[in-house]
Amino acid sequence: MSGRTSSIARKVVMALSGLFLVLFLAMHFSMNLTSVFSEDVFNQISHFMGYNPLVQLLMQPVLIAGVIVHFVMGIVLELKNKKARPVAYKNYNGSANAAWASRNMILSGAVILAFLVLHMSDFWLPEMVYKYVAAHPEDPTRYYHETVEKFHHPVRVGLYVVSFVLLGLHLYHGFASSFQSMGWNNKYSKALTGFAKAYAIVIPLGFIFIALFHHFNS
Amino acid sequence: MKLTLNIWRQQDASSKGQFVTYSIDDISPDMSFLEMLDVLNNKLILQGQEPVEFDHDCREGICGSCSLQINGEPHGPDRLVTTCQLHMRMFKDGDTIDIEPFRAKAFPVIKDLIVDRSAFDRIQQAGGYVSVNTSGNTTDANAILVPKHDADDAFSAAACIGCGACVAACKNASAMLFTSAKVSQYALLPQGKVEATTRVLNMVKQMDLEGFGNCTNTGACEIECPKGISLENIARMNREYLSASLQG
Repeated sequence: MSGRTSSIARKVVMALSGLFLVLFLAMHFSMNLTSVFSEDVFNQISHFMGYNPLVQLLMQPVLIAGVIVHFVMGIVLELKNKKARPVAYKNYNGSANAAWASRNMILSGAVILAFLVLHMSDFWLPEMVYKYVAAHPEDPTRYYHETVEKFHHPVRVGLYVVSFVLLGLHLYHGFASSFQSMGWNNKYSKALTGFAKAYAIVIPLGFIFIALFHHFNS
Repeated sequence: MKLTLNIWRQQDASSKGQFVTYSIDDISPDMSFLEMLDVLNNKLILQGQEPVEFDHDCREGICGSCSLQINGEPHGPDRLVTTCQLHMRMFKDGDTIDIEPFRAKAFPVIKDLIVDRSAFDRIQQAGGYVSVNTSGNTTDANAILVPKHDADDAFSAAACIGCGACVAACKNASAMLFTSAKVSQYALLPQGKVEATTRVLNMVKQMDLEGFGNCTNTGACEIECPKGISLENIARMNREYLSASLQG
């Protein structure tokens, strides 16, 4: 493919990695939601994800690579964009012609990245230590309690809620925008944009609900 | 109307510029924005001061010469107008108006409010044309059938006057709307198919070389465009580019 380093190619990389993460988010949400209804189902799913070699050795590294590509490219684009206007306007009325979410993707993205650090140290890192460092035996019943326990502290729940709001704003612009970046603007675009914006509201609200549910029920 | 104007003054491309504040009165709400600047310049000349340099030509919204970032928006607060079509009735008596040149690395300031937009010319030269048989057997363009919908879309894209408001409005100083309009106006017509692949690759390459930013789909360009060029053109250019890249 010629023009690998063109502005359009960079945007397509951003769009494709973003869409991949959107798919992952839907899967993550579906699994988390089971924790509201059934401790057993949540434990079974979590145990499957934690010990299935396909998930652990293929899907997990691909997911981590997807996250890294998305945020590294986001930072590269931001730096290039800053260089494109070396002298700033004294008066730039950005809100007159563009939504806040679309103008602040780097800010919402940075909050999500900070959240990922917290989230990984809350769940992923202890899991890796449990399985691969301490080499504890398999215990398919531990996941529900480990998860719910994390939502005791109100500060952590607050940080999660704020992060999910920013995630919603990030998705509100990013999900619909990814189709435009890939050149998909046609008679289906209105419906697709509607779906993307509904997704951006429903999924983060769902995550907030799950966090608050466990906080107030534990 | 009595107004306070904060105007960017810069001697030349290499000088450091600064804002200078001017007070002006006796401005009619029926004047255009450029006529208001004419009044200011007359006053400055009579006072023995150097007038404010700004671009203008047709003064009827066709040529794309006039620019200006007015109170944070290219061509000011009105929609679907160029600065020459902006009327002072859009402002209130006693207002303070900030007037800056379009800001972008690819649009360096020449003097005061005038910027060099020849980057657009170079993008156009990189592929914004069709080859025509001039050997004496030239085919009448009207003899080539064009679907009405395509003709309308091509015409809408061709309405771009290359003023640079899209770049000025974009938080990333991206020229995607301009370039996509110029790609689209040919991509939609049978005459443009011959050079379709090289056109989009070369025009995007030139756009990137000029130092414009990347599109983040904020849509500010479409809102501020005096000719209402649609974001659909950017999607079309992305499609054309991806298809051409895979072929090339």
